[in-house]
Amino acid sequence: MADSYRLMQEQYVKILKTYLEDKNEIGLYQAQQFSKKVLENQISPEEVVSLHIEALEQFYPDLPQGAWDSFDFLIEIMMGYGMAYREHQILRDKQKELESEINVAANMQQTFLPDEVPDVEELDIGVISVPASKMSGDYYHFVKDNNGCVGVAIADIIGKGVPAALCMSMIKYGMDSLPEQRLQPGALLENLNRVVEQNVASNMFITMMYGSYDPRVHHFYYSGAGHEPGFFYNRAEDTFEELYAKGLVLGLNRDTQFREYHKKIEPGDFIVLLSDGVTECRTAEGFIEREELTRLIHQYSDLSAQEIVNNVFYQLEKLQGFSLRDDFSLIILRRKV
Amino acid sequence: MNLDIRTEELERGTLLYIGGEIDAYTASQLREALLPLTEKKGANVVVDLSNVNYIDSTGLGIFIGALKSAESHESYLKLTGLNERVKRLFSITGLDEVMDIEEEEEAQ
Repeated sequence: MADSYRLMQEQYVKILKTYLEDKNEIGLYQAQQFSKKVLENQISPEEVVSLHIEALEQFYPDLPQGAWDSFDFLIEIMMGYGMAYREHQILRDKQKELESEINVAANMQQTFLPDEVPDVEELDIGVISVPASKMSGDYYHFVKDNNGCVGVAIADIIGKGVPAALCMSMIKYGMDSLPEQRLQPGALLENLNRVVEQNVASNMFITMMYGSYDPRVHHFYYSGAGHEPGFFYNRAEDTFEELYAKGLVLGLNRDTQFREYHKKIEPGDFIVLLSDGVTECRTAEGFIEREELTRLIHQYSDLSAQEIVNNVFYQLEKLQGFSLRDDFSLIILRRKV
Repeated sequence: MNLDIRTEELERGTLLYIGGEIDAYTASQLREALLPLTEKKGANVVVDLSNVNYIDSTGLGIFIGALKSAESHESYLKLTGLNERVKRLFSITGLDEVMDIEEEEEAQ
């Protein structure tokens, strides 16, 4: 530190001398460069004044005493800046530290989500999940069992950011610790609800929809725990209907029961699951209507499931001025024609 | 943004008028106003939401917390004046079946 101060001092004397002799732009440019260097070396404002005094002592040793005294005065004034600057440095370091911790957590959170969609001959699956900030409160999960049934879960954890992400790890481990054999959606939610109920604060809750697609009979079985309804697209009639499974949110009552619903899926029909960040897309004119969403999905329905969700996300993100207010997740499962 | 919160003493309990949007930013104001009311044994707490046009999930969480608190303190929580959007939220989450929500005649 002392060494770097001495080096800075030598350099300051040199560039100030050049400037005083030539008084040109190059001298001023060197001053700018020097100012970056003092910041890098964490030299305080009052120390810069000291550098200046020491240089003047070499160039003009005969300055009147009043001039020297005035520098002591100036140093005193610069002290306040110096302290504010050091505080700023500390905060900046702290912020960097926090940011890197959040990045680590966000990366870890990514590992909670599946890397890829299951490969099922009969199904075309598309999924997109984009957090509003670094950490997400949306969770989704795919599982394929020995019978070829595809389980799909979509959940929305109350709130956003770090608290939601912490809660998500519980859901993830809760799902992983469920029995190996295929669970009926209702039973799965009942199991999970007991885990959540025991482990969340009183004002936390989770909404979830869980469905299981049986490709042998092309039935989709599903249950919901207070989750935003999805859609069912009927290709023969070219209509959308709400895919709603009424049920209480997870984490409220230990003994909640969840009703199971089912739907016969014909070739070309598809199921849309979503988080409320999709339907609560808020534009300058207010919230978008659910019809607006089905219109968008319909518009892209000739594309693959993945391309549909990508395009719908892009259009809705555009409507919101490319700044998401809430985490956004959209899943489409389509029976291949 | 701030919530507009006004209370009116009832014979046994309190009527709480809320106005504004209950979201992640304002939810704590609601919690501070609502939770202590539910902690009095036997209290009647009525929340009037006529002037609330939007509740997000954090806001909903406050009502869930208040419901749990009312259950454990043997007080009584009731919601009135929900608009369509807010009512839909309580219905989708299944909360309309565990909470006392006053059905109002449609003022058409």
